[in-house]
Amino acid sequence: MSAQVLTYIFVGLTFGLYIAIAIWSRSGSTKDFYVAGGHVHPLANGAATAADWMSAASYLSMAGIIAFEGADGARYLMGWTGGYVLLALCLAPYLRKFAKFTVPDFVGDRYYSQTARLVAVLCVVFISFTYIAGQMRGVGIVFSRFLEVDIDLGVGIGMAIVFFYAVLGGMKGITYTQVAQYCVLIFAYLVPAIYISLMLTNVPLPMLGFGSTLNDGSGVFLLEKLDGLTQELGMAAFTEGKKSTVDMFFITAALMAGTAGLPHVIVRFFTVPSVRDARISAGYALIFIALLYTTAPAVAAFARLNIIDALNETEYQALPEWFSKWEDSGLLAWVDKNEDGKLQYRGGAALEPVKPIFSGERGASGERLVSNEVGASANELYIDRDIIVLAHPEIAQLPNWVVALVAAGGLAAALSTAAGLLLVISSAISHDLLKNTLARNLSEAQELRWARVSAAVAILIAGLFGIYPPGFVAEVVAFAFGLAAASFFPVILLGIFSTRMNKEAAISGMLSGLVFTTAYIVYFKFMAPELNHAEHWWFGISPEGIGTLGMLLNFAVALVVMRVTPPPPESVVTMVRAIRIPKKAA
Amino acid sequence: MSQEDHQASIQGSGEPAKNGSPSASDEIGHRAYWRANVRTLLSLLSVWFFVSFGCGILWVDALNAYSFFGWKLGFWFSQQGSIYAFVVLIFVYVAQMNALDRRFNVDEDR
Repeated sequence: MSAQVLTYIFVGLTFGLYIAIAIWSRSGSTKDFYVAGGHVHPLANGAATAADWMSAASYLSMAGIIAFEGADGARYLMGWTGGYVLLALCLAPYLRKFAKFTVPDFVGDRYYSQTARLVAVLCVVFISFTYIAGQMRGVGIVFSRFLEVDIDLGVGIGMAIVFFYAVLGGMKGITYTQVAQYCVLIFAYLVPAIYISLMLTNVPLPMLGFGSTLNDGSGVFLLEKLDGLTQELGMAAFTEGKKSTVDMFFITAALMAGTAGLPHVIVRFFTVPSVRDARISAGYALIFIALLYTTAPAVAAFARLNIIDALNETEYQALPEWFSKWEDSGLLAWVDKNEDGKLQYRGGAALEPVKPIFSGERGASGERLVSNEVGASANELYIDRDIIVLAHPEIAQLPNWVVALVAAGGLAAALSTAAGLLLVISSAISHDLLKNTLARNLSEAQELRWARVSAAVAILIAGLFGIYPPGFVAEVVAFAFGLAAASFFPVILLGIFSTRMNKEAAISGMLSGLVFTTAYIVYFKFMAPELNHAEHWWFGISPEGIGTLGMLLNFAVALVVMRVTPPPPESVVTMVRAIRIPKKAA
Repeated sequence: MSQEDHQASIQGSGEPAKNGSPSASDEIGHRAYWRANVRTLLSLLSVWFFVSFGCGILWVDALNAYSFFGWKLGFWFSQQGSIYAFVVLIFVYVAQMNALDRRFNVDEDR
């Protein structure tokens, strides 16, 4: 059977499964809708958290980034897993004991302030929409590439599925579909990785395979070969980083603190029955996540090696079939700079600007011509890093069912994250903005109806973002982490670990962290992008890592303000003491 | 009274309140529990910092001089080792905290 037919079958089967789960787990109350009634088994919550967390970016893009950046890719690997240690140790158990529904709930109650609650609502909505736009786009890309439907139609189908189980099932529906989606996505990620690891090294576990010797009889370690090849071709050695130590440090810290401060992840820990369950659940979640995150660098190394092997010094006519398919979708391009009819893959950018602008004509060998300036380097290949995960099974010539599986996995990753984000947006609107601020006399049934309405509206907006992607999406995703690190993380942490922490300190800390981080990013990304180089950055910290500095500023301001303003009321101090103790009050 | 409880009360830090009503000894026990909790956190977080920011970033070049199976050691820490360490850390935390909860009589089963 062709890969396309198989993809239709796999995607159809998984979608059917998600819908069946949604019908089985409908929500009857706001508690069901916001936190799945608070009785999700910690193991199920772990799997759901993993799917919630691992987005289209983790699944589709991360291995590709590492494949081309090598050692520097470690900031994502450590940043997006190390945050769970912070979350498990410093936040999750206490927030579970707090036992409300949302992150703005905590901020509003702990800091006895409607202003703080509203600032938190705004941050939640902004962070979540930033994220969701990327997910819906990911859904569209998978549909268009594998099922050859229009990207817009693909986004539409994705919206319909999420609509069904998020609006109907709320958190309860989302939780159990996320468990299923985790199983689909991890299976789809591991199968091709295991296949390729066996093909290259005879070692079945990819996380061990990429530290093993090649099975071509040379006895050379895979990474040694890859380091040699990359240097020979004038690229940075795969295992050597190019980023400065200070920048790596700050970016990794921003990603970690940002991960711990992301509302759609935090809220998952409200769904388990007890404090003890919240702790162990974070452990399960990290095991599930680590399975993919330890495989990703292996996939990256395998892919880089396979690409060099398949493309370098090959005549255009003799290039594998997948090359022309991805060339047609504009994600690959070749310029025959030395006019020898063969593809030379070297260090440096092939084109100027970097992304190809196709002229619509064909060259001497039949390649799509570009109208870009050709860069100074001898490199003739443009390759978009987002295609690595999707194209790798084809590059390694794996069977069609594996290719189809990868598509179903990509959809599972994107849909599960989108649903988690939608729920956070909808609860921020119906619970924090309406029930707790604007319309306090809302009945349970009315609140539930509003939760569904806001979820539906949020899906429509997210879909529009997917169909008309604002050009700045990629730029603002790093922003979302910096924002979470510079705003929520310090405020929640101090709210638990200091009884002296008060409203004035929280608001001034959050605002200074936010304003500083936003200003730095907006300046370098939008106002003066031509200055966005290490020599202009403060202390050599890139906009991607500035959230860490914003977070430190937030802490500093909060600690100073706290000392010169009145302490919080006694009732708040009692509440903080209570959330530190797992035992329920007598 | 379990052996752990007994030990805790010998140390004078976790005397349980017999009738469950909030009392001065409860208050003292809770403070001692919180201090023990923070100590646990700090020791685990220092390991967390050591493997990731330390071995994976600050000293990565120095560690890369050594090889570990087919990896350079620093590279392995930054792309594999730190992640394994994170998983182990959370499970150690769970075990230590559950023990602490029991020792200070603050676990949820009571």
